Amino acid sequence: MPDNISAITSSPFVPSTDSVARVMRTVIYALVPGVLIYIALFGWGVLVNILIVTASALLFEWIMLLVRDRPVKVYLFDFSAIITAILLSLAIPPLAPWWLLVLGSFFSIVVAKHLYGGLGYNTFNPAMAAYAVLLISFPLEMSMWTAPLSEGSHSLNIIESFEYSLFQVLPINMQYDALTSATVLDHIRTEVSTGKSFPEIGWSPAFGYLAGKGFEWVSLGFLLGGLWLLYKKIISWQIPTAVLTGLGVSSLLGYAVNPDIYANPLVHMLGGASILGAFFIATDPVTASTTPLGRIIYGIGIGFLTFAIRSWGGYPDGMAFAVLLMGMMVPLLDYYTAPKVYGARTR
Amino acid sequence: MKKLWTFKGGLKLAGFKKLSKPSVVKSLPIPKRVILPLRQHIGEPAEPIVEAGEKVYKGQVIATSKSFISASVHASTSGTVIEIEKHNIPHQSGVSELCIVIETDGKDEWYPNIKPNLHPENLDVDEIRARIREAGIVGLGGAVFPSAAKLKPTRQIDTLIINGAECEPYITCDDALMQSCPDEIVQGVLLLRKLLNPIECIIAIEDNKPDAIESIRHSIEKLREQGQGSVTTINVIAVPTIFPTGGEKQLIKVLTGKEVPKEGLPYEVGIVCLNVGTTAAIRNAIYQGTPLVSRYVTVTGPLAKQPANYEVMIGTPIEDVIQAAGKVKADNCAVIMGGPMMGQLLPHSQSPVVKATNCILLEEIKPDINTNVMPCIRCGSCSSACPMNLLPQQLYWHAREKSFKKLEHYNLPDCIECGCCSVVCPSKIPLVHYFRFAKSEMKDHEISTKIAEQSRVRTQAREARLERMKREQEARKAKRKADRLKKKAAGKKATKQKPGKEALAG
Amino acid sequence: MAIFIISVLSLFFGIALGYFAIRFRVEGDPVVEQIDAVLPQTQCAQCGYPGCRPYAEAIAKEEAEINQCPPGGEDGIKALAELLGREVIPLNPENGSADEAGRMIAVINEETCIGCTKCVQVCPVDAIVGAAKHKHNVINEYCTGCELCIPPLCPVEECIQMQPIELTVSTWKWSQPSSCDEGRAA
Repeated sequence: MPDNISAITSSPFVPSTDSVARVMRTVIYALVPGVLIYIALFGWGVLVNILIVTASALLFEWIMLLVRDRPVKVYLFDFSAIITAILLSLAIPPLAPWWLLVLGSFFSIVVAKHLYGGLGYNTFNPAMAAYAVLLISFPLEMSMWTAPLSEGSHSLNIIESFEYSLFQVLPINMQYDALTSATVLDHIRTEVSTGKSFPEIGWSPAFGYLAGKGFEWVSLGFLLGGLWLLYKKIISWQIPTAVLTGLGVSSLLGYAVNPDIYANPLVHMLGGASILGAFFIATDPVTASTTPLGRIIYGIGIGFLTFAIRSWGGYPDGMAFAVLLMGMMVPLLDYYTAPKVYGARTR
Repeated sequence: MKKLWTFKGGLKLAGFKKLSKPSVVKSLPIPKRVILPLRQHIGEPAEPIVEAGEKVYKGQVIATSKSFISASVHASTSGTVIEIEKHNIPHQSGVSELCIVIETDGKDEWYPNIKPNLHPENLDVDEIRARIREAGIVGLGGAVFPSAAKLKPTRQIDTLIINGAECEPYITCDDALMQSCPDEIVQGVLLLRKLLNPIECIIAIEDNKPDAIESIRHSIEKLREQGQGSVTTINVIAVPTIFPTGGEKQLIKVLTGKEVPKEGLPYEVGIVCLNVGTTAAIRNAIYQGTPLVSRYVTVTGPLAKQPANYEVMIGTPIEDVIQAAGKVKADNCAVIMGGPMMGQLLPHSQSPVVKATNCILLEEIKPDINTNVMPCIRCGSCSSACPMNLLPQQLYWHAREKSFKKLEHYNLPDCIECGCCSVVCPSKIPLVHYFRFAKSEMKDHEISTKIAEQSRVRTQAREARLERMKREQEARKAKRKADRLKKKAAGKKATKQKPGKEALAG
Repeated sequence: MAIFIISVLSLFFGIALGYFAIRFRVEGDPVVEQIDAVLPQTQCAQCGYPGCRPYAEAIAKEEAEINQCPPGGEDGIKALAELLGREVIPLNPENGSADEAGRMIAVINEETCIGCTKCVQVCPVDAIVGAAKHKHNVINEYCTGCELCIPPLCPVEECIQMQPIELTVSTWKWSQPSSCDEGRAA
């Protein structure tokens, strides 16, 4: 009998079926379809974003683990930093300057994650917290989204994309205007704020078949990945369903009440970060609610707040702020929605 | 087709049942000594009625108890009592308790008074109950609750459930019993039905045991052909194989849809649940007149050379049982009493087989088993798996902080320590260990608080007494002083007066 | 006019407060009761006060720090800190170390006891019985483990000693499980 085992070890003596690394890896695989479509439709800038943010995130994670005296190998390879990095890089426009990416990475890993206690202890979703910081500090850079490739007669190859990100240098003959365009939510916001109604806004090149051009396919890619995550039981059905329901119902009501100033529900559901948020951001286990009922309320809150911020707030996409705001309510939700234990007496 | 319900949570686990080949039951040679703890059951320990040096027979009662919730202890083979001393009992703590040690004489002679009962159907209910109590029968599913105390319900019983589920991996002793002694189980059920008069009678077996199901059904058919028509009302039901369906609370939910009330017992919802082994023991006590002196034990595990089911005498040293099954030489071989999900890791194999021993599992446990623990990522897998609908995550946080009020709020006492949450946790947090730790800390805190309260009361009483004694002493001093002054004053008066008188006289 | 109104109001509130202070006066100091309820009642005087109640009173008056009680240990300090809104500080090592070995009780060796009653008199919870010149005995259930009765008080060598309470299935405790925070430099 090995020494000191019996005093410290309790049943079960069955090897654990799961690991943190496996959960995180599965989420990364689920992100792949959406990311590939994004790169295909919007160019190498997306990949450049992901690479720079991921590399700096891992670097910061490594430094923080050393500083905090934690076992480096275990935590560096649990893939949680990589997920944060990917989600953050998707939230930043492609071809953003490198310092913006590194700053975002720094804030998410060092401040929002490690300074709050590291894996499992962070109160706010690190990717969203960093995005919020960048958006408020650098509104200009954060709104220069690229146009889908089919629009312009341009396309930067990967080297050129890196060059642009690092040095802000474009190849000769290429116009900057040809690269950028507003996203559909951006477009809606600016036009509506000038008093135009939807019929007047008319058909802009930003609109695609269902919603924002290009982005609609990306959203569908993420939807595929999200459904696969559900199938793998990595995430539970309550949060994505509740988020999309909350968003869908609110936008439906808005559209029904006044179709002139509220975008139709499909634009909301497939535009911006709705699908990505519903399946990948709101479902971040560390910051989401943990009880079944709590998750539903959490999701509906996020859905509604996203609609509210998009329609009445100061930013084109409200998903990030909605997640952060509902995240603050999580301890309260968890406390009041604890399920009834087996055999609870009905007094 | 009977309707079945489901309970929330639970896990599908690899069974490893075929490893111990439950169709065959082997016997063991008589051990050199048997060590019989006086407490192998829930409730008060029994008190010995034999002395060192006394010769005893197999089945002779050697310890009894007057308490209602208690059970007698019988000699499991013939021999001489050599001592009544503290010996190691099979518990994770490795503590010792009082045991009667018998040196066996190898003859295995039954106590002469033990005779089969030729007409058990003539016994009335009270007599049956008395014999069950005298036979020292306790729940053999692991809970070891004295059966006689369970069979006197104060209300109408709707359902009698005989638990043949055996949901834990590796364990097959109930399966082996159902395959080798199905008649005894069914006759036992009939006896219980006479005692309890339930409306419904169910034998529940998990569907991964088709041989056992077939065996019991065949026995029922056979008894029906022999004229025992009432057996047809016994319903044999195959329940889905999900751990922990064999847990009493979960099985009741699956079969009846009812939930045992919190901190309550099944009879409150009109249900009595007994293990198949207990049922067979009850039948033997009534039909054969034999008390509980042996049971089937599964010896199995990846490190067992000849995994099998053995009929083992109660009190046989576990080391003897392991020797018979053959143990693969390994540095990290652990001996677990019970199954891999809920069993106890024994510090050594020097303790005896007791009434609760259903399985001895020989497994390898690596010394670094607890060093890969990651922080909780709040994924909620644990609450999805919990069969009692608890929030293991919250219990984990509060157990770390020893917040007893919060632990009560989140219903820690309702945890059945099944282990489902620990198995699914991606961070490999030893959740059940935390809950056991928290429960023992809570109990300790309760005891400390009681002792502290008692101490406070006694201290205050002592201080009050000392205060009173001091006051009395001072009062006495003051009185003595006053008396002295009085005397002095009286004396002065007397001397003043005296000369006068004398002067007069003089 | 404003001055008049303010003066009237102040007068009114002053009288009201004075009345309530007298009418709803609380006897004793409830904080002391609450502090005493948290202390372990070992009555060992290791904190420097002659018992738990005097120590509770000293804490309430802020004459003593909350980290003076070894039998209470870290848990006790935490409970006091939570109750009083004060900071958790480490146990004062000068008073003794926390009770790592578990509860200890005094046990008298009846062979060597001379019946001097010194221990009987000093025991703060009257847990020792025995008349003068007769053997003394400690009642296990009442002993708090305060150690006031052992030598140097007891004049006989190896007569009264502290022993851990018997470990049984019901008193055995599960150890604290390992957590992710292990392997960390303090």
